[in-house]
Amino acid sequence: MTGFAKPGALHLAVALLLLAANFLLPEYHHGAMARVLTLAVFALGYNVMFGYTGLLSLGHALFFAAGLYGMGLPMQHLGLDAEPAFFLGIASGALVAAAVGALALRTAGVAFMIVTLMFAQAGYLTILYFLEYTRGDEGFVIAREARFFFGLDLAAPDVRYLSAWLLFTVAMFAVLALVRSPAGRVLVAIRENEERARMLGYDVARYKLGAIVISGALCGAAGAAYGLLFGYVGATFASVQYSILPLLWVLLGGAGTVLGPLLGVTFMFYLIDLSSGITDAYMLIAGAALVILTLFAPAGLLGELRRRALPWLP
Amino acid sequence: MDIGPYLLLASLEGAVLAAVLSLTALGLSLVFGVMRVVNVAHGEFFMLGAVASWFVATFVDETLGAPAWLGFAAALACAPLAVGALAWAADRLVLERVGYDPERTIVATIGLLYIIQQATLMGFGPDARPVQPPFNHRLALPWVEWGEEGLALYWPWGLSTTSYKLFVIGAAVALLIGVWLVLSRTRLGLVMRATQFDRETAQAFGIPVDRVFAMTFAIGAGLAAVAAVLIVPIQQAHYLMGGDPLLLSFIVVIIGGLGSLRGTVLAALLIGMSDGIISVFFSPTLAKILATLLVAMVLVFRPQGLFGARPA
Repeated sequence: MTGFAKPGALHLAVALLLLAANFLLPEYHHGAMARVLTLAVFALGYNVMFGYTGLLSLGHALFFAAGLYGMGLPMQHLGLDAEPAFFLGIASGALVAAAVGALALRTAGVAFMIVTLMFAQAGYLTILYFLEYTRGDEGFVIAREARFFFGLDLAAPDVRYLSAWLLFTVAMFAVLALVRSPAGRVLVAIRENEERARMLGYDVARYKLGAIVISGALCGAAGAAYGLLFGYVGATFASVQYSILPLLWVLLGGAGTVLGPLLGVTFMFYLIDLSSGITDAYMLIAGAALVILTLFAPAGLLGELRRRALPWLP
Repeated sequence: MDIGPYLLLASLEGAVLAAVLSLTALGLSLVFGVMRVVNVAHGEFFMLGAVASWFVATFVDETLGAPAWLGFAAALACAPLAVGALAWAADRLVLERVGYDPERTIVATIGLLYIIQQATLMGFGPDARPVQPPFNHRLALPWVEWGEEGLALYWPWGLSTTSYKLFVIGAAVALLIGVWLVLSRTRLGLVMRATQFDRETAQAFGIPVDRVFAMTFAIGAGLAAVAAVLIVPIQQAHYLMGGDPLLLSFIVVIIGGLGSLRGTVLAALLIGMSDGIISVFFSPTLAKILATLLVAMVLVFRPQGLFGARPA
């Protein structure tokens, strides 16, 4: 055991580097990285389930959307302030995850993937069905006046970046602490061999449900933050595409690594950003990336790095 | 005459949907049954069938100046072959290399989905394009009712269907019987069933399992393509048209019992007919919400499907 020193120092360095980036990045990349950091929280949440517990979900857009709408709808229709709305978003992410988990965990493997996909699809269609409140695909804009968080104007570039940074840093260290805790070890044990974990006396069902709820809360936080920081709530974020993207990010960066999600999101975001300047068919890149990854690097970038050079990488 | 005639019309529309759906879902079910692969790109093979049909029909009709029925016939012959060949290549290049591991194949087929869909967007464009049906006579529907003066026949009474729609139903039934005959009466079918039953024993008896898999994947995609060629004169070809058939095929295959062909056809009939009838009376979005939730619940509480007997 190398203890907490090396990984801790590495993650602290990454956090400080991202903080420094706030003062160094040019305007366009400053805005883009704020988006990347928020989406990285989404990917971190996905990774808790997929990377560490070994549960492949195809329905995480539902949790992101639960956070987005759990925050957005009360603000829009009940005039709720941003602070309680944000925490309401996290709570709805966790709650929806608990409900989905309670049902979906009765299945495993391929059936689990399809059940989560179907729940997410039902959620997406429900958002479209209540057109009157959600404005469907068109979505609604959260007014700038409402987007004040403890007196800070979230629409201001610096505040926006730093809030995204803060959220990401907190989430990253929370996940790091989780996966290095005894409970996190049990999750990995379940991923590696569920039967053995059960035989050792762990309540596997409870740990899995716990992982889904934590994952849902993180995704809900990402959704709520995304809505608040960028002022837009729309049904696109609940569509299948947003269930596939976190899978792609995590696979790319490295499933079961704490920094993998950030790396995956950054890489994909800029890849899609660059290619969408050339063609409308930018999801082609995502598709090709998925196929290439499954063929040649199922462990992802950081997974390969860990296998070859840095076995201590959490 | 009150609700009855409209129900008749709705069930005819439902039967057309059920016909196309049973072909598409049969392809998905065959691939899952034999290969244990969930092919998320199945809807895109359907879409490719429609797009290929448009290319072939347009080429034959406009460049060669042949009549519409010839273009359609050419499309019916070429499109499934082309799509099947592509699926064969996809199996050999991608699925075989990940060793048919269930989770990795799903991720790979999601990748294929986006590659096929987006490549079509680049090559075919974002517009929906029609294909001329080979024949299209309006047929007025008869309706028989017990009226005040005894049995009365209303004909014509306003609503009608077309000869082409009846042809779609007939063609689908013929194809389903054909697939059943291939599976139960030919050597290919025997080999496929043996592989489905026990992959390793089949291999041990000298069955080239990898070729059977590639063949099965091609046939599955070809069935989706045939269904698309049949439907494209009614619906237009569009690069996003693969989503609905994929979702509905999933529903059908799961409700019918994963891998059970008879269950698949029965479920396609049930879903197709009820979708045709329900969407006449209810909002289609609500119908889809209920259908997706139903699928999730079936998988959670009855994983062997509604018609399957074997516990999973």
